[in-house]
Amino acid sequence: MKQFFLASILAGALALPAVAADYTIIAPANPGGGWDQTARSIQSVMQAEGISGNVQVQNVPGAGGTIGLAQFASQSAGNANALIVGGYVMVGAILTNKSPVSLNDVTPIARLTGEYEAIVVPADSPLKSMGDLVEALKKDPGAVSWGGGSAGGTDHIAVGLIAKAAGVDPTKINYIAFSGGGEALAAILGSQVTAGISGYGEFESQIKAGTLRLLAMSSAERIPGIDAPTIKEGGLDVVVQNWRMVAAAPGLTDEQKAAVSADVEKLAKSAGWQETLKTKGWTDTYLAGDAFKEQLAKDVSATETILKDIGLVK
Amino acid sequence: MTTFDFLLQGMLVAAQPMNLLYALIGVTLGTAVGVLPGIGPALTVALLLPVTYRLDPGGSLIMFAGIYYGGMYGGSTTSILLNTPGESASIVTALEGNKMARKGRGGPALATAAIGSFVAGLIATLGLAFIAPFVVKLALVFGPREYFALMVLAFVTVSSAFGDSTLRGLTSLFIGFALAIIGIDQLTGQARMSFGVPDLLDGIEVTTLAVAMFAIGESLYIAAQGEQGPDKVEAVKGSVWMTAQDWARSWKAWLRGTAIGFPIGAMPAGGAEIGTFLSYATEKRLSKHPEEFGHGAIEGVAGPEAANNASAAGTLVPLLTLGLPTTATAAIMLAGFQQYGLQPGPLLFATNPQLVWGLIASLLIANFMLLVLNLPLVGLWVKLLTIPKPWLYAGILLFATLGTIGANPSVFELGMLLAFGVLGYAMRIFGYPIAPVVVGLILGPLAEQQLRRALAISQGDVTVLFTSPVAAVLLVIAAAALIVPLILRARGRGQVLSQLAANED
Repeated sequence: MKQFFLASILAGALALPAVAADYTIIAPANPGGGWDQTARSIQSVMQAEGISGNVQVQNVPGAGGTIGLAQFASQSAGNANALIVGGYVMVGAILTNKSPVSLNDVTPIARLTGEYEAIVVPADSPLKSMGDLVEALKKDPGAVSWGGGSAGGTDHIAVGLIAKAAGVDPTKINYIAFSGGGEALAAILGSQVTAGISGYGEFESQIKAGTLRLLAMSSAERIPGIDAPTIKEGGLDVVVQNWRMVAAAPGLTDEQKAAVSADVEKLAKSAGWQETLKTKGWTDTYLAGDAFKEQLAKDVSATETILKDIGLVK
Repeated sequence: MTTFDFLLQGMLVAAQPMNLLYALIGVTLGTAVGVLPGIGPALTVALLLPVTYRLDPGGSLIMFAGIYYGGMYGGSTTSILLNTPGESASIVTALEGNKMARKGRGGPALATAAIGSFVAGLIATLGLAFIAPFVVKLALVFGPREYFALMVLAFVTVSSAFGDSTLRGLTSLFIGFALAIIGIDQLTGQARMSFGVPDLLDGIEVTTLAVAMFAIGESLYIAAQGEQGPDKVEAVKGSVWMTAQDWARSWKAWLRGTAIGFPIGAMPAGGAEIGTFLSYATEKRLSKHPEEFGHGAIEGVAGPEAANNASAAGTLVPLLTLGLPTTATAAIMLAGFQQYGLQPGPLLFATNPQLVWGLIASLLIANFMLLVLNLPLVGLWVKLLTIPKPWLYAGILLFATLGTIGANPSVFELGMLLAFGVLGYAMRIFGYPIAPVVVGLILGPLAEQQLRRALAISQGDVTVLFTSPVAAVLLVIAAAALIVPLILRARGRGQVLSQLAANED
């Protein structure tokens, strides 16, 4: 019995710091995916740079981050220690899910990174180039299954744009939504789907090991260090950037908002963060304050148009 | 260098005194958190991650691995003694383990769990070292349709294995399904059965349901019986240790549990619970004493406990070889790797062999430490049952609540804990089994999502579910598991009828 008490006191003591942490970051996706990696990178850099003594990451996966966003908005109101990672995927997911909670219900702080989409096939796929893939898509859109992140997210939008640019009815695409990068990667590696689409970072180690073939990148120009053409070079005018941001809880006072913004700026400007961006292959697209607010509003309305265009939102 | 040389070299790394100390801290912490309902190894590793930032990568990863294995050991203790699973992977253990404990056989139950965990951990860790690349290929063969077939098999075997009445078992299972539907659908993002309550958008947490149904329900049930409670619990009857017969009945169950748990743990959408369900069903089917199941059969503890430890090692296969975390704990360990600039994946074995092999070797050492730590404690743990009931169950209520708050500090979550506790109490009164509800909540969404993904990939062609060899084999086994007992029963009835007819002559 003594042990039992000791064990519980120990576990209780362990549980308490989670409540008293300097920052708790919600990663609204399964472990292994892009938001999870962003949240965990923020965690380690904030601690290493001494911006915060104790940072916790909590995964609340599903539905393009709207599950995590809803929980965050309802549970963290007024809590200046709570952060959530989010991004472009969330913008689309809020629209397609008719989410009752939107980005207006939280306090966006800053855009941190951007990442371009990589289109891959398993190494033993007969499709050798983006041209082959587009040919297959034109022949029978349903026969080409695409594995990627949640429905209505960047991956889904990019596939829709590719189809539209190739003259294929975007509503005919066969997109299989997985709730996290990890699960989608397994399905692509196992040849369960024809092609995979996600941020480059999630495929990088597999591409380098030769188990996945990189067909194209969704950037405007070729990216140094990545040996693949852009989708544009193949004649399809598609450029998609998946940006990621960090937001704070709703209902903060101006001082609280300023304090969080200052911490995030310190993070974004730190050497440790720049180093992390390099190793992860993310592009620094730091944007804060009113400039970010404007950009966000623009993105939301543009995304709505795209989603309606390709039939994801009626 | 061969695999064996690498492993020996890894042993040298892991056997450094500091690394041994980290392993010891890890397994002790892991056992402690495994005991407490609600708080699991994932949370512990997450909490320790910032603390270990200054340690060297090898040491902290070794500690995390110790916590992971320790949690799997510790989870069984409260399942067996108090019918209160500490982790979702120990739910099945409570079925037979607690019945054994009530008959004064808690000692052998704990011992077979500890030794079974050791055996499974040992074999599975060696499996991780020698056949990881092969196992991961096997795991990747599993796509949506294969997962769906696996779920069908799990449903068939599990629902027939829980309780004496199929109808009651199925009723419980469907309560679990109904609860599983609540929340945002992962494939379309639409909210289902959430009635506009934002807290329900995330669905029902498995640990909350399990702790409520088992711990709270059990406490209410005991309290309602008052002093006249019919089942007098005997703390110890006979030896605290396993008898020769216990050994004879356990060892095959350990090996089968390992064989089931390891590959399922390695699958990206597998998970420790499914292995324990399948192992329990297998043991019940193969046992020479099927009548003892539901009343304290030792195989029903030995198999699932081996399976959950084997799947813990299995989880490390995709983590180390693909960089794919398949459980929450693995995900946080992945973050641990990244904290030191290491990227688990196909190249990790080539770029950081010392670290990988040191980790594998320290898993072997942690496994041994856990056995040494747990076996002597068996005698002490069973004394828990001699504590007067009011104290014991007040303590359980306290820890169940504490664990739930620790995992998710929300008033709504506590309300759900209480509501499901009352549901668990009502189901006990009316004789409905508890475990199938939790099984339904775990397996229901997996089966649904995988079926829908499979049909989406095939563009609605149902035959695709049967045309994959792996899926076909799994479905045939499932069909056999369903039909064979019916045939046997029908034939048995025939014999009885013919005997009756003969008597009339």
